[in-house]
Amino acid sequence: MDFQNNELLRFTTAGSVDDGKSTLIGRLLYDSKSIFEDQYEAVKNTSEKRGEEGVNLALLTDGLKAEREQGITIDVAYRYFSTPKRKFIIADTPGHIQYTRNMVTGASTANVALILIDARNGIVEQTRRHAFIASLLQIPHLIICINKMDLVDYAQEVYDKIKDEFAAFSYKLDVKDVHFIPMSALNGDNVVEPSKNMTWYQGGTLLYALENVHIGSDHNFIDCRFPVQYVIRPYTDEFHDYRGYAGRVAGGVFKKGDKVMLLPTGFTSTIAKIDTFEGEVAEAHAPMSVTLLLEDDYDLSRGDMIVRENNQPDVTQDIEVMVCWFSDRPLQMRGKYAIQHTTQDVRCIVKDIRYKLDINTLHRNEEDKVIKMNDIARIQIRTTKPLFVDAYRRNRNTGSLIFIDEGTNETVGAGMII
Amino acid sequence: MSYHLNHLKELEAESIFVLREVAAQFENPVLMFSGGKDSILMTHLAMKAFYPAKIPFPLLHIDTGHNFPETIEYRDAMVEKIGARLIVGSVQEAIDKGLVVEEKGYNASRNYLQTTALLEALENGKYDAALGGARRDEEKARAKERFFSHRDEFGQWDPKNQRPELWNIFNGKKQFGEHFRVFPISNWTELDVWQYLALEEVELPSLYFAHKRKVFLRDGIYMADSPFIMKKPEEKVEEMMVRCRTIGDVTCTGVWPSEAASIEDIIIEVSTARKTERGGRADDKRSETAMEDRKKQGYF
Repeated sequence: MDFQNNELLRFTTAGSVDDGKSTLIGRLLYDSKSIFEDQYEAVKNTSEKRGEEGVNLALLTDGLKAEREQGITIDVAYRYFSTPKRKFIIADTPGHIQYTRNMVTGASTANVALILIDARNGIVEQTRRHAFIASLLQIPHLIICINKMDLVDYAQEVYDKIKDEFAAFSYKLDVKDVHFIPMSALNGDNVVEPSKNMTWYQGGTLLYALENVHIGSDHNFIDCRFPVQYVIRPYTDEFHDYRGYAGRVAGGVFKKGDKVMLLPTGFTSTIAKIDTFEGEVAEAHAPMSVTLLLEDDYDLSRGDMIVRENNQPDVTQDIEVMVCWFSDRPLQMRGKYAIQHTTQDVRCIVKDIRYKLDINTLHRNEEDKVIKMNDIARIQIRTTKPLFVDAYRRNRNTGSLIFIDEGTNETVGAGMII
Repeated sequence: MSYHLNHLKELEAESIFVLREVAAQFENPVLMFSGGKDSILMTHLAMKAFYPAKIPFPLLHIDTGHNFPETIEYRDAMVEKIGARLIVGSVQEAIDKGLVVEEKGYNASRNYLQTTALLEALENGKYDAALGGARRDEEKARAKERFFSHRDEFGQWDPKNQRPELWNIFNGKKQFGEHFRVFPISNWTELDVWQYLALEEVELPSLYFAHKRKVFLRDGIYMADSPFIMKKPEEKVEEMMVRCRTIGDVTCTGVWPSEAASIEDIIIEVSTARKTERGGRADDKRSETAMEDRKKQGYF
């Protein structure tokens, strides 16, 4: 069956309230024929009820009652569509300043970030903030959508100027792959159909870029990391001595017969079998969920990690982290928090707040150490037990962690290990 | 050498990860089994996640008493086959105990009453995590649902106070008395589900395939003729080839004229369909925010 060659691409969209982000997504869904009749009818009725001209495609992506009333998106919403080439998951996040946390959440799993710019306004504070968050979260690919070109007479000079401006500030960021596309989401220019109004633009449409951006190297296939998630022990006659370590490969490629090292003990063993419901497989790579069986009878448990002897993560209790804070209650210096990292559950104390980062200017503020909701800061923590970590830049799975308030159990911060 | 998974394998790996995370983080999880294709998929994935051990939690079916008989037959055969433990929560019992009052009239449905029976079954079993087969593409309120969805002690969902979910890290920490709803197949679409069930050759209830049935037309949707639905005088019963795209109880599940006799036919039908699958669900049509309102009260 031909759908077996489809790849999955996750992207996030960021833009200010008025950049036309919802219209762009609506356009993408509508022109790629992912909208059903009843959804379209519902939106058409609402548009008419409100007395709007034409069909407001932005309504397709408005989810909850509160935001339909206010006309703004207030949380991450996930949308789906597919073409014969790829299946897409959109993490649609709001662009207002107070919702940095949602943007960070949406960005955490994305392969691609779409950043919307209103061609009339060029690069504004929010553009810088979105680009910075994309780089902080290490989204591998950026697509800069220069929207509302219809309102600047589809002029190439406008596009060129914004492109140069973006390049001038993004050199400070850690972004590798950037594409620029001039478009009009309202009229559909360069979204799914090539624009007849911008013949000067030779690049592909947005959908073409999404279908063709190379995502084959987005996972780490070098550093072998297997956090033990769950131990499978059937206790049946047939599988009497079966002890399988279930988990999802967080990095590298594991093969049967590989010599491996077990953390935290440092013991070594050999992979006897990589098991799945369909039977044994020869190798496992990120992001597969498999079950590893070892030659030797060590008693591993959840939170342990299987790695290669000659390529180990840092085993440490003292960790430097860039944190994005999510809670109304500011980050407490010397405060204690629960931490989840891979499949480990530990506690930590905040030893130092190094600086707060101004995400508009990238200025490091070492004086103001009050870290409030939506702030980004570099901090140092000490954990109750060693974690097995890699730099976030090297591996998004073993380089990320979350902070949990021990009183309320809420997730209060997202951390990227330096 | 290139290492890549196709979209179905990647979705499978994600769902298996979530299922194992539930088994590891919670003391007493339960899998909500409705007999619909999504809960069949979830059960199939759970079987894979813990192989060669059995699924380490029971299945819970909330029986409205207004089921298609095919659903119950399928359920019992499947439970037998995979050696799972089945628990049944009954809406009829909730009515008999006076916990809820049955709706009356032409549009009477036990769909709303399910919420009470469900919350009661969860409380009786002291379950701290209930796995559901909801998908984010189904309905606009579900587009914002988390994998791990926190519920307070009343079983309520507060859309404004959901925990952010980053990377593959799921925070299942809770106070005593609270519980979670967990949705391992959040990222699957209707088409993904069918494609995967076809590839995996999973057996499905006969209701999903075209069959001859007595139906009548109401508000543009065909409903199965059943003693549980009161027909209006002008509603005429006719016999035609139909199938279900979703399976709820008889009172709120529309059927579609269809000739799709195999799962391959269904894939073709779904990929060219011009109406959403819940388009046939009378329970969603009550108001524009029907699903959001029910979810807040603790619906699936």
